[in-house]
Amino acid sequence: MTSFLSPLGMIVLAFAWAMPAQADFRVEISGVGVTQIPIAIANFRGEDTAPQKITQIVAADLERSGQFRSTPAGMVIDEVTRPNFEPIRQKPADALLTGSISRMADGRFDVRFRLWDSVKGEDMGGQSYVVVPADLRLVSHRIADQVYEKLTGDKGIFSTRIAYITKQGQKHLLWVADADGENPQAALTSQEPIISPSWSPTGNELAYVSFESRKPVVYIHDIASGKRRVLANFKGSNSAPAWSPDGKSLAITLSRDGGSQLFLINSKGGDPKRLTQSSGIDTEPVFSSDGSAIYFVSDRGGSPQIYRTPATGGPVERVTFTGSYNISPSLSSDGRWLAFISRVGAAYKLHVMDLINDKVVALTDTNADERPTFAPNGKLIMYSTQSQGRESLMTTTLDGKIRARLAGQTSNMREPHWGPFLNP
Amino acid sequence: MKKLLLSLGMVMLLAACASGVKLNDVPVEDKSGAKVSVTPDPVMPAPVTAATASKDAKSAVVPVDSSASSNLGAGPAGNVAKVIFFDYDSYVVKSEFQTAIEAHAQFLKANPRAKVSLEGHTDERGGREYNIALGQKRADAVRQSLSLLGVQETQVESVSFGKEKPSAQGADESAFAKNRRAEFFYR
Repeated sequence: MTSFLSPLGMIVLAFAWAMPAQADFRVEISGVGVTQIPIAIANFRGEDTAPQKITQIVAADLERSGQFRSTPAGMVIDEVTRPNFEPIRQKPADALLTGSISRMADGRFDVRFRLWDSVKGEDMGGQSYVVVPADLRLVSHRIADQVYEKLTGDKGIFSTRIAYITKQGQKHLLWVADADGENPQAALTSQEPIISPSWSPTGNELAYVSFESRKPVVYIHDIASGKRRVLANFKGSNSAPAWSPDGKSLAITLSRDGGSQLFLINSKGGDPKRLTQSSGIDTEPVFSSDGSAIYFVSDRGGSPQIYRTPATGGPVERVTFTGSYNISPSLSSDGRWLAFISRVGAAYKLHVMDLINDKVVALTDTNADERPTFAPNGKLIMYSTQSQGRESLMTTTLDGKIRARLAGQTSNMREPHWGPFLNP
Repeated sequence: MKKLLLSLGMVMLLAACASGVKLNDVPVEDKSGAKVSVTPDPVMPAPVTAATASKDAKSAVVPVDSSASSNLGAGPAGNVAKVIFFDYDSYVVKSEFQTAIEAHAQFLKANPRAKVSLEGHTDERGGREYNIALGQKRADAVRQSLSLLGVQETQVESVSFGKEKPSAQGADESAFAKNRRAEFFYR
């Protein structure tokens, strides 16, 4: 399959495919030489009268990944029809997505798709889903995942979920939403700040820091039931929860022994075990995906930098050396990439480091980036930033060339955390 | 029981959604031949209000309305400052606040059952978690000052709000200066 090389310097693609309630989805493409797979997407048969415009959700997902350039096929083609590939090849498009959606007698919908290699004229497979109307968005994301995986070889992340915080007046809310920011559902409402939501490896629970008792306390919250428990409420501040990959324990920051230091605590609670010993600040722990190492922020060298230490404790090794303020580490699942925030002059910018060669690259042109979080397939980073006095959530590719602002709330969105793959 | 059903529903929802049928396994011409996966109604996470949820939680934490933060009447009598301000990037208690800290220390020693929270804050620049740690350094500095004056550790808790509760809005130095602080909150 050949790839389409975008000749564009700097363009902004506003999605003109009228999405009634979600019209503010925008993808920014910057820089030359963006390699993208061109895909044509046919309107699914029956889509005009369906409650969700499935192909628009799929197209937006694929575009946001930075790895696709989608064009409308300009016709309705269902999954049982063998298309005429000549006009598709001429677009040019290397792949063609077709399908149908039909309402069943019981009110559910039968959604089917078929993906074609339009160059070879070969069927690349398809699938059918029968769902209630409320799950049509989820099905759209699952179709996008299938297309993404078939054409790139990597697992798609469009059906995963994210957590984030909003502040609306004096109200602080913890939200769970689809990875594209749509379908937000409030999990917690509080009069006091909430920060640092962190997904459990199963995607069922969130750990976070809530100030509802006039101090930072770490909670674990089962999102399906709304049931929650206090994980850490020791004397002093309790913050920065991060789950171990096996879900059995969390790394947290406690000030109970003086200073802000890292501890490991069983996810069921209990006596925390001290992990680091420094006279300064140790905080923002995050596990490597194999669970063997913990990356964290420390000012032990005089300025905040990112360090790593074995998860069982032991020698501490400095990771970042450029810049005088490096915080908020996030690791890709393959362990190769480290995203973090670095202060540059008076600005706080998202950077990514290739841990193989220690090369660091700035990814954004904004000045107040916060809290990067990797997609579970390691191909996108979500972060919050400020523009026009508003906080919003963005995704970017690891080369910074394709960035997208997430749809959703009008209020300040911050503290994103990308959830895990959900087991099919 | 209801919660159990909800969780069960969630599990079934996830399972059912994911188990789409491979079209390759089903003749595409035969519509009626497609297997049907059953999906119950989607279950939404129940929104929880911090105040109500903590009452039910095992380790109950009584939520405090911190908007009523001027706990006048508690602490030393008279016009004793309850807010200690700090310089930029500094965690040292300035000498101009020594008199106020001594008054708080005297009060706490005279009232051994009195308890105070020292609440550290930062300006809005930088990361939220790192600012929690920086605010903690300010609260700890005031706690250390009280301790040197003979106040018992058990009467004092130092905590941090980082940049989450600014006392002044704005992105200029005058707002930043008002926000770099530690507050005495008597319980």
